Amino acid sequence: MYEFFHDTNLGLVLLTVGECLALLVPLLIAVAYLTYAERKVLAAIQLRKGPNVVGPFGLLQPFADALKMLTKETIIPSGSNRVLFLLAPMLTFLLAMLAWAVIPVNAGWVAADINVGILYLFAISSLGVYGIIIAGWASNSKYAFLGALRSAAQMVSYEVSMGFVLVSVLLCVGSLNLSDIVLAQRHIWFCIPLLPMFVIFFVSALAETNRSPFDLPEGESEIVAGFFVEYSSMSFGLFFLGEYANMILMSAMTSILFLGGWLGPFGLLPQLGPLWLILKICVLLFLFIWIRGTMPRYRYDQLMRLGWKVFLPFSLLWLVLTAGALLAFGWLPNVA
Amino acid sequence: MITQILFYLFAVVLLGSAAAVVSARNPVHSVLFLILAFFNAAALFLIAGAEFLAMILVIVYVGAVAVLFLFVVMMLDVDFAELRSGFQRYLPVGATVGAVLLIELGLVLSGWTFATDSAHLRMSPAPVGMSNTEALGRILYTDYVFLFQIAGLILLVAMIGAIVLTLRRRKTSRHQIIRVQTERAVTETLEMIPAPLGAGVASMGGYRRPKVAEPEPVVAEEAEAEGHGHGHH
Repeated sequence: MYEFFHDTNLGLVLLTVGECLALLVPLLIAVAYLTYAERKVLAAIQLRKGPNVVGPFGLLQPFADALKMLTKETIIPSGSNRVLFLLAPMLTFLLAMLAWAVIPVNAGWVAADINVGILYLFAISSLGVYGIIIAGWASNSKYAFLGALRSAAQMVSYEVSMGFVLVSVLLCVGSLNLSDIVLAQRHIWFCIPLLPMFVIFFVSALAETNRSPFDLPEGESEIVAGFFVEYSSMSFGLFFLGEYANMILMSAMTSILFLGGWLGPFGLLPQLGPLWLILKICVLLFLFIWIRGTMPRYRYDQLMRLGWKVFLPFSLLWLVLTAGALLAFGWLPNVA
Repeated sequence: MITQILFYLFAVVLLGSAAAVVSARNPVHSVLFLILAFFNAAALFLIAGAEFLAMILVIVYVGAVAVLFLFVVMMLDVDFAELRSGFQRYLPVGATVGAVLLIELGLVLSGWTFATDSAHLRMSPAPVGMSNTEALGRILYTDYVFLFQIAGLILLVAMIGAIVLTLRRRKTSRHQIIRVQTERAVTETLEMIPAPLGAGVASMGGYRRPKVAEPEPVVAEEAEAEGHGHGHH
């Protein structure tokens, strides 16, 4: 059996397809139930009941929404660029799925255990902006274009400080491999020595996923729905799925970089493995929704000020401090 | 076998999209083709075993540079007819520059000799047992650290130069000064008026705002030093 899956071409193809399905099917179900969880949590924050009609406790609501989305008409505005208009939502969704290839869910449980895993994640997440820009431009609409411009400026700004956060984590690990990053946190999770970086990373993740309080690209009070105002039916659905998958991805990245991935706190219950990671992702997702339920939206100049004048200098300073501390105390990993 | 198929696939798409960059009628399409070309170049790096370079290419060029590029091209209102009308007029100059560059390239390549042990190096550019990230780091930060730092300094100077050239201090624009706002005390903004019950301030002859000395407008230089620009007046 082992030989079939590892030595024959057919076996390798089957194994890869199986790995992809094992990752993507739970992910899509998680996306569906994240929308449900968001509506329930927001409802609880606002003293409402939330979806409670379709199925027990409204548990079938996401599937009802998906069916509704699929049966609606796809409208392509006249004057839009048809190819790019349809390409944009596909790109957004594809990129949100693509990044999961390198996420380790347990020791050795990873679809692609590549050397530069963290760079791959950073690269893929920095591409997410293209779906939005292309959508905004191809729609041939003022609101969509304004949303796209906001999004482009916002995502480029916050990527910079996110990059510095990643570098300071890498300095502590000495490897770009995500499994190595998790294993380096056996003794202490990085959220403790690198607490400010953890906060910066999480806030930047909010900005990268265009979530409240940084949801200016879709700011419905001023630009209707921003970049996806012209989208309907499943092309809108793909944007929606992509955004929620990105939220889960960012939570997974935060858990892996700062919260010890599949490791339990103080080495507790190592046999739980993936469940620890899922639990951490759920807590972070709850934070995402909680913040949406409580924070007002940032003004655009405040957003830019936070990114360039607060986060960037601070993360740069903390990076230098981290490097200095590692060097001064001889804590640098892999010193040959 | 599969590697060769992939190589030719990526190389063909790379060349095709590079050709489309210069031949596309719409500049936005050109930039999108440029991004496709970057992607395929990154894939070729991956095939060559240089995964660090591949990822950096995607992060820096596709993730940041091309976004700004696309941003600018979308914002500019390019008149295609006007752009095309000058084609014939500039053709001789353009052709001359192109020919000079081509000849120079030919001269450089014809005088190219391979180092004696380069064939061996090409087979495995990174030392055995070392990832290419580590190998690159070793070369950049130990063997060529001064050149690397000088390159960084030149980039820094270029960056500062670009900012100095484009920074305009506009007298009309007003910026928020967070410090002033947060340091504002209740006593400066709120005033309790003992208005008689049921009669209101009207019975006191109306409310008149007491004369308060207007705060000095923030001087431009001082505000600039804090990096916030002009203040409220």
